[in-house]
Amino acid sequence: MTVLTVNGKEHSIDGDPNTPLLYVLRDDLKLNGAKFGCGLGQCGACTVLVDHQPVYSCLLPVSVLEGRQITTLEGLGKNGEPSALQRAFIDEQAAQCGYCIPGMIMRAQGLLNRKAAPSDAEVRAYMQPNLCRCGTHMRILRAIRRAINDTRTARAEPVR
Amino acid sequence: MNAPVDLRISRRLVLATGGALVVGFALFPRALAQEAPAGAAKPPGSLAKFPMLDSWIAIDAHGTITVFTGKAELGQGIKTALIQCAAEELDVDPAAITLITADTERTPNEKYTAGSHSMQDSGTAILNAAAQVRAILVDLAAKRLNVPAGQLHAKGGSIVADDGRSVAYKNLVSGQTLHRTAQAKSPLKDPKDFSVIGRKFSRVDIPGKLTGKPSYVHDLRPDRMLHARVVRPPSYGARLTEVDIAAVERLPGVIKVVRDGSFLAVATQKEFQAIGAMNALADAAKWNETAQLPKQADIYSYLRKLPSQDTTILDRGNPDEAGVRAIRATYHRPYQIHGSIGPSCAVAQYEANKLTVWTHSQGVYPLRDSLAKMLKMPPEQIHCIHVEGSGCYGHNAADDVAADAALIARAVPGRPVRVQWMREQEHGWEPFGPAMLSDASGAVDANGKIVAWQYDVWSNTHSMRPGGPGNLLAGQYLAQPFAPDAPKPIPMPEGGGDRNAIPIYSVPNIRVVSHFIPQMPLRVSALRGLGAYHNVFAVESFMDELAAAAKTDPVQFRLKHIDDPRARDVINKAAKEFGWGLNEKLARGHGHGFAFARYKNLAAYCAIALELTVEHETGEIRLGRVVAAVDSGQAVNPDGIRNQIEGAVVQSASWTMLEQVRFNARDITSRDWSSYPILRFPALPVSVEVHVIDRPGEPFLGTGEAGQGPMAAAVANGVAHATGVRIRELPLSPAKVKAAIGI
Repeated sequence: MTVLTVNGKEHSIDGDPNTPLLYVLRDDLKLNGAKFGCGLGQCGACTVLVDHQPVYSCLLPVSVLEGRQITTLEGLGKNGEPSALQRAFIDEQAAQCGYCIPGMIMRAQGLLNRKAAPSDAEVRAYMQPNLCRCGTHMRILRAIRRAINDTRTARAEPVR
Repeated sequence: MNAPVDLRISRRLVLATGGALVVGFALFPRALAQEAPAGAAKPPGSLAKFPMLDSWIAIDAHGTITVFTGKAELGQGIKTALIQCAAEELDVDPAAITLITADTERTPNEKYTAGSHSMQDSGTAILNAAAQVRAILVDLAAKRLNVPAGQLHAKGGSIVADDGRSVAYKNLVSGQTLHRTAQAKSPLKDPKDFSVIGRKFSRVDIPGKLTGKPSYVHDLRPDRMLHARVVRPPSYGARLTEVDIAAVERLPGVIKVVRDGSFLAVATQKEFQAIGAMNALADAAKWNETAQLPKQADIYSYLRKLPSQDTTILDRGNPDEAGVRAIRATYHRPYQIHGSIGPSCAVAQYEANKLTVWTHSQGVYPLRDSLAKMLKMPPEQIHCIHVEGSGCYGHNAADDVAADAALIARAVPGRPVRVQWMREQEHGWEPFGPAMLSDASGAVDANGKIVAWQYDVWSNTHSMRPGGPGNLLAGQYLAQPFAPDAPKPIPMPEGGGDRNAIPIYSVPNIRVVSHFIPQMPLRVSALRGLGAYHNVFAVESFMDELAAAAKTDPVQFRLKHIDDPRARDVINKAAKEFGWGLNEKLARGHGHGFAFARYKNLAAYCAIALELTVEHETGEIRLGRVVAAVDSGQAVNPDGIRNQIEGAVVQSASWTMLEQVRFNARDITSRDWSSYPILRFPALPVSVEVHVIDRPGEPFLGTGEAGQGPMAAAVANGVAHATGVRIRELPLSPAKVKAAIGI
């Protein structure tokens, strides 16, 4: 039995503790955000946050995750509303097939958790581990930039 | 609209849905299978083949509008564009429309979603069917309200009279109202009155995909579903001689090991158990390997020597005309993969002699017929339903994994089975885009005009789709195996290996020969653009080489040889927006590249201008600004077109600069993203801008494959400009560039 904290809720997980997180998220918790892409840590489709930083959920066994904060795509928005980053991706229409996009959003969120306003070069370098095959990259970059700018604007608004 | 695919396919629901459908058909016999009689004047697009209006559009007593298409969402945004077509001509809010995509019990059989045909075939059908349905509704309202039809118009789901009275569509239709044969001509709106087509309209599928709603076949979880994995042979054609399954059957969660000849698979309770059991089975399996692949280093000379069927597809004048300067060149393109980020997946359930398959196949009807032959079942007992997969760029493993799922589901009746391929399987076993080569020779005269052109292209087939059951990978490995179909060329005018082999430019003396090679040393089929990717790379590279021979600017040289005003507009637009020719003095290692093509010489026009630098030390190409112009005819969703062309630029940059399948004497060795690298963020262009030239009222031309060829040639031309060295073999990898520039 492993106890995982996913999107702020605790879940008791039966089964082999060597199971990588991805399969528990999809199979046991029935969450769709993290996707199987390679199972090798080469494409980033399975990216989720552990303690606010991006990890490959296809490689990380659940045995090392007790007591850590796991956040999936589903945990970004609140009350069914998309998060600022998800909203920026939708506004930029930053998807073709969309299969890689949850991983892209999670990695970008990991960057924004570390640094509120990274440069374009920093964004490109940070997004390096995640692959997209449709060629949606330019829109993904625009969406991340939009989210950075929107957050800045929101911060700059006077407190009422 | 926006109704997410109902993925709650519990066993009860599957049966209930089937039942409801049967009832639905009895009450409202939609004209699913009624094909058009031959001879009479036909309506346009797929409406010609399926002329019953209720094959395409249904309006029920609650006012629900359902639109049916035989095409499938592949990530290209087709659902959104088709909804826009229907909403425009029906004069309803797009949100009022539910779209049903490719399904063998619900939609017309539009064969494959391929070849950039969806807007042309299905978009045209739906646009015209909707206009005819609107006219029927106006006529019915005229009778109901007792006013002339001329005093009525459609608005927001009702027919409204000039005197203010109105009647809702749902109150005008009853069972058979739309069960009518389409007229050859439709009362289409004047494009200047469009309020949905050509306007900004967000993709209907994006919000769900970006918030974790079940959107893909991978996300299906019907009650009691099992997971399964297949053990693929170690190399092409290997036969399973021995496997001890007893030990694997004792592993935790294992429900069933399925063996049929050399087809070996395992079904388990949970997904990770299936992977463990697959690995254990693979360890236990003994194979007889026989594959002998050609030497990778000699692949082009090997292909050239294979027997070929030669067809002269254009022959005019004397292509040996000498001119004042003659040049010749040979171009090569390697095997390349589709490489969808999500490996192929399918869910199947076999119960009471009926098989249901949820699949991301490009052709649910051909898949159904192929499965029927493989399983020796009547096709009517098989129901194939398209559910989205990871991006589809042609014939990947979607059909193969559907066959895997069907075989396993048959061995565990009553249980839905989900099968997904592993990354190594997808890379190694999907049908690749074929390696190709071509010889070009040509001459220019004293006026800088092309006087002669000879072009020969060698290629395997570009379609091994099912087809026969031997075109399904599993079908080849059963105890009673099926042989793949004999490969066939795709005829002109669209062509396969010879797609875009005929230059679109005016040339007085020309011969183009297509050398079709039946023998396939590696498994191949359709990859986005088919032969057009190679041929546009070759023809547009050769145009630059001829321009240099004529000492003419490459853009001016193209304009000098093409009269089609739409082609000229696209070329001029890309050149102007890029600022072509404004900055002739470039720093060392900097280059500009330009290329143009009309896809298949009959579909969308696309021109690309770009800047790049070649790093002298490493041979790496760094892409700068990329500017594209595209004319896809009437632009239904301009942002969707921009999205597709941006994608073409980046995907083709990856193919062109990096990609090549590797193999040894026995097996494919490109098995993951490290042995088959693709473009990552740091290597992206600095910017990509796409200019859509809208052509209101003109036919839809499709967009999905318009940009890949021009991007390849624009990069090659840019590299030649930057370095003074022409590289004619793809990919333009750093090692090749470095070797070519001699450092």
